[in-house]
Amino acid sequence: MPEDSKHILSSFEADLGRLRDMIAAMGGLVETELADAVTALLTRDAALAARVVEFDTRVDAEERAIEQFAIRVLALRQPVADDLRQVVAALKVTTDLERIGDYAANVAKRTLILNEAAPSYPLASLAQMSRLVQENLKTTIDAIAEADPQKAVSVWRADQMIDDLYTTIFRELITYMMEDARNISACTHLLFIAKNLERIGDHATNVAELTYYAATGETLPDTRPKGDLLAAYARQSNQ
Amino acid sequence: MPDAAARMEPISRTASAAPRIAVRDLDFYYGATHALKSVSIDFPDRQTTAMIGPSGCGKSTLLRVLNRMYDLYPGQRAEGEVLLDDENIIDPGTDINRLRRRVGMVFQKPTPFPKSIYENVAFGVRLHEKLSRAAMDERVESSLARAALWDEVKDKLHASALALSGGQQQRLCIARTIAVRPQVILLDEPTSALDPISTLKIEQLIDELKRDFTILIVTHNMQQAGRCADRVAFFYLGELVEVADAMQMFTAPRERRTQEYITGRFG
Repeated sequence: MPEDSKHILSSFEADLGRLRDMIAAMGGLVETELADAVTALLTRDAALAARVVEFDTRVDAEERAIEQFAIRVLALRQPVADDLRQVVAALKVTTDLERIGDYAANVAKRTLILNEAAPSYPLASLAQMSRLVQENLKTTIDAIAEADPQKAVSVWRADQMIDDLYTTIFRELITYMMEDARNISACTHLLFIAKNLERIGDHATNVAELTYYAATGETLPDTRPKGDLLAAYARQSNQ
Repeated sequence: MPDAAARMEPISRTASAAPRIAVRDLDFYYGATHALKSVSIDFPDRQTTAMIGPSGCGKSTLLRVLNRMYDLYPGQRAEGEVLLDDENIIDPGTDINRLRRRVGMVFQKPTPFPKSIYENVAFGVRLHEKLSRAAMDERVESSLARAALWDEVKDKLHASALALSGGQQQRLCIARTIAVRPQVILLDEPTSALDPISTLKIEQLIDELKRDFTILIVTHNMQQAGRCADRVAFFYLGELVEVADAMQMFTAPRERRTQEYITGRFG
């Protein structure tokens, strides 16, 4: 038996390859959507924000296409073992990616509202949080494309930092609101944007967990080991 | 994903069963050919174990050892232990007739005797037991009923078994096997000559019979192993590569060779 042998039925091999490519392509779309949403927010670019909202329909269409194709593979190929795990993970991963797209579009919609008034608040913490979320999403997409369980584990470990940053931003925004009631409207939108980014981090973690399961047949534990978090922070502060 | 690990845990269909048969370091030779290599495996009571693997991997050879069918051929020999309720059945002193009553076998192609349906079932019983006419009638009826054939043949019990369809003949062979009240039933590709509906009827039957018998089935059909078996054993080149719960086997087999075989990537 040669290493990395292929299916005897080449059309089955081609189907699985196509499914992988479709997921990677959808991952790329979502990455772009999030990057543009964040840029639009930080640079107050209304035109870009509008394009992001429009772009989300492409992501939704891609989700439906992958779902149909995965069902076709299940029905016609009856996959088992690693093939089965790959198809089942693909079905669930597309749902998570689609949700990530929705959250990115929501960031863009709120950006359009924020742009109607002059800026009265610093965005440094949000910029840092969105950078972490984007890094995590990128590593997740790489983990899928390379079927790399170790990358999936690193995403899973890094999500806690995003959660902690969200808590910090929450407190910061509450402070701004208390300082001046005129900030409440804008800060509420920013709070939702921070929450959207935090949820994107959670969905990226889901994708990472599914990728790990597809690659290894095992599931990651429900809670992250404590020592991991310190190590993750140490890596972050060294960058 | 909360509780993901708990949700993805294989649902075990094989908990808390004592082995009916324990195979220990079994080697088997066809003359100079070493067909089974130090195989050790337990077959739990009242469960179905499916044996899969490419042609020539040793799975049918193992069935032939379990009822000493190889005794019919000179030059074939087994070494090691095959414990059926703690009795080593490959020991030369084993009473073969008693063994074959305890371990019944159904073959790939239906093998009815050229006799009536009734006689096909009664024949084996007469070899082992002296029953009154009424008791025999009852045994034949209950065996045919348990093989899900009674309703189809009750009005023609004395017609030739050869007039039955292939699927009916195979169920008749199962009725004949269970009529002698064995402990273990060996099925060697029992549906490979049957249409899909007859196949499902046999699979349904296997599901019902495992309440009372230890069932071993050799199959080339992976989906069939998934549908019928509690446990699945994969053999390759005379070795037992892996034995696992069916769910484990078809979602996350431990051995790379198993994965390559069941996904159709072999060679």
